[in-house]
Parts: sequence; C-alpha cells; structure tokens
Amino acid sequence: MNATEITTQITTAASILNIDKWDYGASFSNDYSVQVDRGAAKQLKASQKQVITLRVWNKENLVGITTTSDLSESGIKKALKQANIASEFGNKNEFTDFSPLSKDPIQVKEVDKKNPLGIKKLLKILREAESRLIESHEAIKSIPYNGLSESFYERIYANSDGAFRNYSNSQAAIYLYARAEEKDKKPRSSGSVKLGYGVEDIDIESCIKEAAKKTIAHLDYTSIKTGKYLVCLSPEAFLTLISAFSSIFNARSIIDGVSLSDKNSIGDLISIPALNIYDDGLNDKNISSAPFDGEGTPTKKLSLINKGKLENFLHSESTAKIFNTIPTGHAGLGSKVSVSPDWLVIEKSNECSDLNMTLEHKNYQGNFVYIEELNAIHAGVRASQGSFSLPFEGWLYNNGEKRSIESATVAGDIKYLLKNIINIENEEELTTSGISPHIWINELSITGDE
Amino acid sequence: MVSASIKSTEIRFGECNKKLLEEVIFFGISLGADFVELFIENSDNASVLAEEDFITSVSPSFGKGAGIRIFKDKRDGFVSTNDLSKHGLMRSISQAIEMLDISKKNNNSNFNGLNDLKNYSKSKIDWLNEVPTINEVSEKLLLSTKSLKIDKKVVVRKGSYARNWQEVIIASSDGTYATDIRLHQTVGLNIIANDAQYRSNGSRRFGSHGIPNEFRLWDHEKAANEVYETSMNMLYADYVQAGQMPVVLANKFGGVIFHEACGHLLETTQIERGTTPFSDKLNEKIAHESVTAIDEGLSEGSFGSLSIDDEGMEPEKSILIKDGILKKFLSDRAGELRTGHKRTGSGRRQNYSFAAASRMRNTYIAKGEFTKEELINSISDGLYCKSMGGGSVGATGQFNFAVEEGYLIKNGKLTKPVKGATLIGDAKEVMPKISMCGNDLELAPGFCGSVSGSVNVTVGQPHIKVDSITVGGR
Repeated sequence: MNATEITTQITTAASILNIDKWDYGASFSNDYSVQVDRGAAKQLKASQKQVITLRVWNKENLVGITTTSDLSESGIKKALKQANIASEFGNKNEFTDFSPLSKDPIQVKEVDKKNPLGIKKLLKILREAESRLIESHEAIKSIPYNGLSESFYERIYANSDGAFRNYSNSQAAIYLYARAEEKDKKPRSSGSVKLGYGVEDIDIESCIKEAAKKTIAHLDYTSIKTGKYLVCLSPEAFLTLISAFSSIFNARSIIDGVSLSDKNSIGDLISIPALNIYDDGLNDKNISSAPFDGEGTPTKKLSLINKGKLENFLHSESTAKIFNTIPTGHAGLGSKVSVSPDWLVIEKSNECSDLNMTLEHKNYQGNFVYIEELNAIHAGVRASQGSFSLPFEGWLYNNGEKRSIESATVAGDIKYLLKNIINIENEEELTTSGISPHIWINELSITGDE
Repeated sequence: MVSASIKSTEIRFGECNKKLLEEVIFFGISLGADFVELFIENSDNASVLAEEDFITSVSPSFGKGAGIRIFKDKRDGFVSTNDLSKHGLMRSISQAIEMLDISKKNNNSNFNGLNDLKNYSKSKIDWLNEVPTINEVSEKLLLSTKSLKIDKKVVVRKGSYARNWQEVIIASSDGTYATDIRLHQTVGLNIIANDAQYRSNGSRRFGSHGIPNEFRLWDHEKAANEVYETSMNMLYADYVQAGQMPVVLANKFGGVIFHEACGHLLETTQIERGTTPFSDKLNEKIAHESVTAIDEGLSEGSFGSLSIDDEGMEPEKSILIKDGILKKFLSDRAGELRTGHKRTGSGRRQNYSFAAASRMRNTYIAKGEFTKEELINSISDGLYCKSMGGGSVGATGQFNFAVEEGYLIKNGKLTKPVKGATLIGDAKEVMPKISMCGNDLELAPGFCGSVSGSVNVTVGQPHIKVDSITVGGR
C-alpha cells in the first residue's frame, strides 16, 4: 500500500466511524542485514515492516492514539476505534492539536538514494572486511560484533485537515568491533562504525583501518590511578554527553520537571561563551535527515547555545503552545508527544579569547586523559540531576606518549563540565551522531584500578 | 477475487492452520533447507502513564507478524514480515532460501508433517478479558501518584503501567507445533525530590507473568513508601569516594549484576561469538564455592517464566553454577547446532521480527546461610548497595553498574548514604570474590536487551558480599 492509498483508506474508515479529526504517521521499511563469523555467514536477516500510528480527536477535543502493523481494512478500522476509545482518557490538562506548520513547505534534501544490493553481495563485502581486519594483526583473533545492513524506508504524515507529506530514503551501515588478545594480557576490544546512503557510499576501507588501529593500540594498556585529570573529549564523546543531557534544551522535559532548565532559562549563561551548539537535522552530512517530524512540522536548524547562552528550546506542537512559541520540528508522534534533538553540531564561537589554544590533542606534551568513547550511557547518566559516571575507552598521555587505559570511569556534573571547558580545538570532525571539535575540560574525576 | 483467495489462505489465530503451515514448511524443505521454523504472533498491548494527578498517556497497540527461519548446515537465514498469507509466507521462505544461496532442491524431504498441536493456551483464552480495564488502571495509578504527594520536596511523581499480551503459533520441520498465550504486566513508580541544589530520584518496578489480576492486588501504598524513602535518603547524600573496597549487594534487583556480568557469558550466543571467558570451563571452578546460580522459566507468575520458549520447547531448570563449578550453558536451537550444548528451553525473542537466541529467564544466585547483618558486620570499611540502577557489559566482559541507593559501611555498621557510586569489574575476577551469600533470596522483574531484542526476565539473589570491587565515584 502506498502513502496515498493508506490516507484514502483512513479517510474512508474515519468517515464511516464519524471521526472528524485525525492524523497519522506511518513508516514502511525493507531492511537487510548480515553478520559473519570467521568467514561463515552467521545471521542473515531481512524484514518488511509497516507501522502506523493513528491519533483521533473526540468531540471534547481529547486525543486518543493507537499503533498497529495491521494495515488491512479491518486493521485500520480497529485502530481508529481503539484510538477513539483511548481518547476518553485524553490529557485534559494539556490539549494537543495539529501542528500549525504541518502544511508549510518542507525542504527535502536531494540525496542519491540507492537500490538494494541484496544479501549475497552484503555477505561477500562483510566477509572480505572481516577477513582483512583479522589479517591486519596477529593479535586480532575475531570480530565478535560485526554487521552490514541496508535499509529502504518511507515516512508519511497526513491529517484530516489536508496535510500530507512523505519522503523516502535509503541508508546503509557497517560496524566492525574486533577482539584482540596477547599472551598474559587481558583481551581488548575496539571498533568502528560507518554510515552511507547505500553500501557503495560507505568507506569500508577506513572502517577496517580504524577498527584495526584502535584495537591494536589498546593492546598496550596501563592502569590509571584514581584522581582528577585534565581531560580531552573526542568529538564523539562530547556529542554523546550533550545528547545524554539534551533534556536541558527539551521543552517537554522542562514541563515534566526532569530538566536542569526551567521555562525562564532562555538567556542563561550555561557554558563558557566560546561554545555554540545547534540542532541541524537537515545538515548535508546527516545521513538520516528527515524533512519533517512526527507531527508534520518541517525540520530546521535551531541554535540551542549561542556564545554560552541558552537560546532556544526544542518543541512539539503542545509544548510550543505552552511556551507561546512555534513548534521546532522535533516531535515524535505518541500518546504523549515526545521531543528530541535530531543532529547536533558543536562549534567554537567568536568569543573564544579565553581559551587555552595550546591544548591540542595531537601536539600537547603535558599529562592528560583522552576520552575516545563513552559507554553505558543509559546506566551512568542522571539527566535530571546533571551527574554522570561512565566507563570509557581512552588514553593516558604522558609527555607526548600515550598508552591505552585498562579500565576506568569518568564522573562529573554537566553544568560544571560546560563551564570548565578550557579549549575547543579548531578542527571539527564528522561523527555518526553529529559534528564537533575536540573539547578540553579542566578537571574531571577518573576512577581506575589503582 | 484475488484478494479473497489470498485471504482464505491466511494464518488465523484461534483456528486450525496445520495444513497451511505444513504446506509452507514443506515448500522450504523442498527448496533445500535442512530445517524450517515459523513463529507467528498476534499481539495486543496497552500502556498508561500517570503524572502528578493526571493521566497523560494511554497507548494501545496491536499487530500481527511472522518470523521465518531456515537452517542449512550451521547457517541460518531469517525473514520477518507482516504478511501472514500463504503467498507472503512462501515469499519469505524463498527470500531466506536465496539468502543462504541454496540452489540444490531436496528430493528426499525429511519433513513428516507437524505433530498434534500442543495447546498451551487453553487455560489462558480469557486472560485478555480478565486484565484490568484502562479505567481501573488509570484510577489505581492516580492513587499511587497521590500516595507520593507526601512532601513538598517531591517535585515529580509518575506511575506507569504496561500490559503485553502475545499469542504465538510455533511450527517447525522437526514436527514442533504449539500455540501459547503470554501475558506480562508491569507497573512502575518514579519520583524526583528537590531541595535547593539537592536532587534525588527514586524508582521501583514490579511485574508478573500470567496473572491477569496481579495489578489489582498491587500494594501501591507500600511501593510509594519505598520509593519516597529511597529518594529522601539520597537527597542530601555526599558523592562516594572512589576506590577498591568490599561491598554488600542487596537482594532482589541486586541480582542484576550476576545477570549482566556472568549470566550473559553463559549463553551459547557468547560462545559462538568467542566473547565469553568461560567457554572451555565446563566443570571447572569459576566462582567462590559459596555460589550456586540457577536459570529457569518455571517459577509461577515470575516475569521471566514461560510455558514454552519461542522455539516451542518447554523450559527447564538449569543449574548454571553449583558450589562455584560451572555446570551448564543456556542454549537455543542455533546454539545447540553450533556449540553442541543441548537446548535448555531458552530460545527467546522480543517479537516476530527477531530470530530467537539463547536468553536468560528467571536467573538468580541461590540462598546461603548468613543473615544480612552478618554480611555487613564482616566489613570494616566498605559500601552497602541497597538499590541498583542499570548497567552494561562490554565486549571483553567488563561491567559497570550504577548504585541508586548506597550507604557506607564503617566497622560493621551502616553509616551515611552516598551517591554517584558505580561498580566496575569483570565476571572472571569478581565471581571468585563472592564469599558470603545471605539467606534472604528474593526476585525482581526486569527487561533484558540483547541480540534478540528486549525480553522479560527476573533477576534475583540473597544479600551477597563481594570481598573487593572497584567503586567508581568522585
């Protein structure tokens, strides 16, 4: 069923059921993925998925919702009926409506969508990649976590007021996480992830090289003494932290009382003035770019922190109404509409004279800890309290020499961290979740084995 | 006419599908597959959220789908689809055959038809009608958030309920033909307390399987008191000082560490990947002799219990570790094929869109002989972890877990509360250091995310003492 057919079907069923006001978001996808184990196909997977989330408004203007994968005529009718029943329990304290921007023009990025390569070709490519990674060093014994996938999907939003928009995209991903072992040493693991619109776009060569380089480098490890250290966060690590604490910018979280910000925080200085943060879902480099959100609001670039000051919050239709502003294109359709960032871009602002520009991770000769990747975010972040305690992969630098850190966690407070940035390096790097330069923090607590 | 004919050959729940299933399986075998498995699912779920004194979300969902898995030698191909027609299932079979590059047709079919249906759902037909209505759920959740309205320091009060009802048909070319109904209900309370610059959280989750009436019996006032007590105890707590120290882990959800740090390493999927240090340690000592660990799917009403696993096998009680000696791995069909470890009724998946994998069910450390006080009295300087948060395990077996509610132990006594503690280690090093087990085994429900999605599990243990572990802090 295509987007037009499904909208027609819902329109007809809603009319029969005397439902005047409704909207829906739908997702159709075809996914293919492979995993290998020392040359053998391990798991080959294909799926065809179709999911629709329907909202209906009852006569009291309360909203009910239902999600289903049954897109038959009877399935759609059942979903509308269930949503109608659920609307009796709609939130009387916070009325939801269509986004006022759901008919505004959207910017659909011109992307070079790919056709499926198919499982056999995926398997061949991944086998070769696995083999080359294992052969790259004698200590690499296996690639326990690996996968190559391609996905082809279409997203739709439509409502009874005539809004209708859809887009389709393709995406591919490879991940290679190697495990290396040497006699009388602990096994070490590291890896790399690369994305593209199709498998042909993915730089598999650099994925192999990066996974090998990182894994091997971690073989020479050392324990670290518990204490406070000068820390350099990789672009990926800093983006991970900002995403984990994105409730700072999230109007939904503010209304729910789980954010460190409040309604009056706009204009507050929450970091050093040298820091700018944007949410930029339409960025050319964002493979997963979506031109509209779950409520049909167009996606746009939004400044979140400008010269250290909180400049905007992320909004859905209902939070925007409460804050007396317009939605920002960050809503996820649900009974309670969620809000989340798309793709973060971190920059150095032009108020950067207080930064210590001598701190560059490639050249700095002093002692510091380089945090390459933060792990276990779901377990170690207390977003509502602002605190974190996270294991990491990283390096101990001493007079220009670096050694992998055996096992350690970094702990701190996001408010402290943002105000204790002492350098933002010049070079910005593209990661799978956004763009950021390396960020230096004056002092963070590290717990090691000593 | 075409659509009517396809519809007439669609899988229908509550009806006999044997002939159709046999046709589909035979189709796969005739194309050259060694083994064909169909997992067909019908689901009906609902969740409700209460915030402060309002219901803010009611989310029903339903759906149907099929997961089709084919084995050839030791390889497998898996296809999932929402199309339950004969045509759709056969198309999926063809896709899986193509994936595995099977070109040689099988003229000597080893498929002798499906066995008689094993119907595990007979006594469960009315479950969906017996669960509390959305109205009942809403009223009780609002009572629970009202119970948290104790103190002006409590700034966020949330109660949540989720019901997952699943009807499954499992049919495979070894003759397996079974149907079952599963019902999981879970309810949780969360609060945030705030006083000037101090902030703390408190949360508890309860859950059951196969007890439609369970939510009605839930003691929401007791739960609210527990959550309130945790958040108040932790509100003004200092950050813990990092270092190596002995710890006592509380019972119930304290068992999450064993689940994550050791349990996953005893699944055959980890042997297949080469990521468990225990793969060649069967019948060897891997833990302190005080440790006996069990995984089973049989405890009545427990969140991880099941009548059959997602490959149609009845679950067994698996003694994983006996007096410190490794006795068994948890295995599914693929695990048995690839590692030789016999299936244990542990083949589980989140839903039809995942292939089953060896997963834990109700996993716990057996009770010992000591009281909680004896464990604490044995420590002069250490940490008592009363309530654990989430955690994770890395590719080399290293784990880390957040301590939600912790207290310092000084000279055998509990002293002040501390926050920000994280337990860090790896199973191989920590298991031999569990030197004392209490006599107060209790279980707690949870969700486990892994290769075959998120599944309902139970974790558990009595109070246990770990002689030394790295505690992360400030």
